Amino acid sequence: MLYNLQVNGAVHQADVDGGTPVLWVLRDILGLTGTKFGCGIAMCGACTVHVDGEARRSCVTPIDFVGGAEIRTIETLGEGKVGSALQQAWRELDVVQCGYCQPGQLMSAAALLAANVQPTDADIDAVMSGNICRCGTYGRIRAGIKRAAQILASAGEVAK
Amino acid sequence: MTRDFLHAVASLAVLCTVVPGVIALNVVSSTADQTAATDVQQPAHERSVALFLDAARVIESPRCMNCHPATRSPTQGEAMRLHTPPIDAGSEGHGPLGLNCNTCHGSENVSTIGIDIASIPGHPHWMLAPASMSWQGKTPGEICRQIKDLTRNGGRTLEQIHEHMAKDSLVGWAWNPGDGREPAPGSQEAFGILVGEWIATGAACPEG
Repeated sequence: MLYNLQVNGAVHQADVDGGTPVLWVLRDILGLTGTKFGCGIAMCGACTVHVDGEARRSCVTPIDFVGGAEIRTIETLGEGKVGSALQQAWRELDVVQCGYCQPGQLMSAAALLAANVQPTDADIDAVMSGNICRCGTYGRIRAGIKRAAQILASAGEVAK
Repeated sequence: MTRDFLHAVASLAVLCTVVPGVIALNVVSSTADQTAATDVQQPAHERSVALFLDAARVIESPRCMNCHPATRSPTQGEAMRLHTPPIDAGSEGHGPLGLNCNTCHGSENVSTIGIDIASIPGHPHWMLAPASMSWQGKTPGEICRQIKDLTRNGGRTLEQIHEHMAKDSLVGWAWNPGDGREPAPGSQEAFGILVGEWIATGAACPEG
C-alpha cells in the first residue's frame, strides 16, 4: 500500500505493507539511518522517534498506525530549540561513548524536556529508564539533560 | 438492581454449579441449561458469593492483575513480574511526562520478531488502573468490597460496574491479549453474565 508520510517536515511516499514498522520505513525506504535498531521489542529505546511530538518506539509502531501524524527523527532534531540545546549540552559534557544508543537517548530526552522544562533527577530517571546504553553513560546523559534545561532556561525558551 | 436488569443483560445463561473448584465460565444457551442454572437450590447469599468467586478467576488472571498492581508500576507476563522497562503510572495513569504508555503500546496488539515477547499489547485506552483500584495482593473478598465501594471504584454504580466488565473493550482485551499471552478464562460475554448474576443475587462478597 502506498503511504504518504509526514517525516521531518516533508512528505515522503512509501509503498510498503501496513504492518511494516516505522523503523524500517525510515531506514530502508527513506534512507534515514540515524534511527537505530536495537531489540525490536520496545525494550531498549534505540529506535525512538517522535510522532506528533511524543516519543514512540518505531520498531513496534506499524506504519499503518501513523496516518497523517508528523514523524520527527534524529536527523532534524537539532533544528528545534530543545534539540539544539541538547546537542550543545551533549558536546559540552562529552556524553557520547560508542554512540549507538544516542539517537534514541536524544529523542527521549527531547520528549522529556518538551513536557517538563525543569526535570528533577527522578523525572529524568523515570523517562530515560526506557533507553538502554551499553556503555553506561547514564550519569552523563542525566547531566546532559539538566544542562540542556539550563540552556533553555537561560535563553528564556519554553521547551517546544 | 432487579431481576429485569439481569435478564436484560443476559441473553445467554451461565451454568453455575457454585461448587467450589468447579469451573463455571461455560456459557450455555439451551432452555434446559438455563433451567439447570436457575434450579440450583442454594441461599441467595451463598450463591452470590460463589458467583463472585467464579468471576474472580477472571479478575485474578494476570491479564487483569498486571494493570491493577499493588504499586504504581505495572507488572507483566504470566508471573506478573515488574514491568520492563521500569515505568511509573504518573499522575494520570498514562506514564510519566515524556514517556507515556503510547510510547510503546499502540492502539492494538503488535506482533514482534521476538520469542520471549511475541507481541506488544495495545489498546486505544491503554493505561494503568487508578491506585484506588489496586488488586494485587488482595483477597477476592477484599477486591469484591473494593469493586462495590463508590469511593474506590471511580464512583460507579453496580450497573455501571456490570457495563464496564461486560462491555468495555479494554476489559475485553483480556481475551484478546496478543501473541504469547494466555487469555483470561472463558470469555467477556460469560464474565459479563457472571457479574450480572452476582449483582442480581445481591452482590455479596466472600469473607476475608
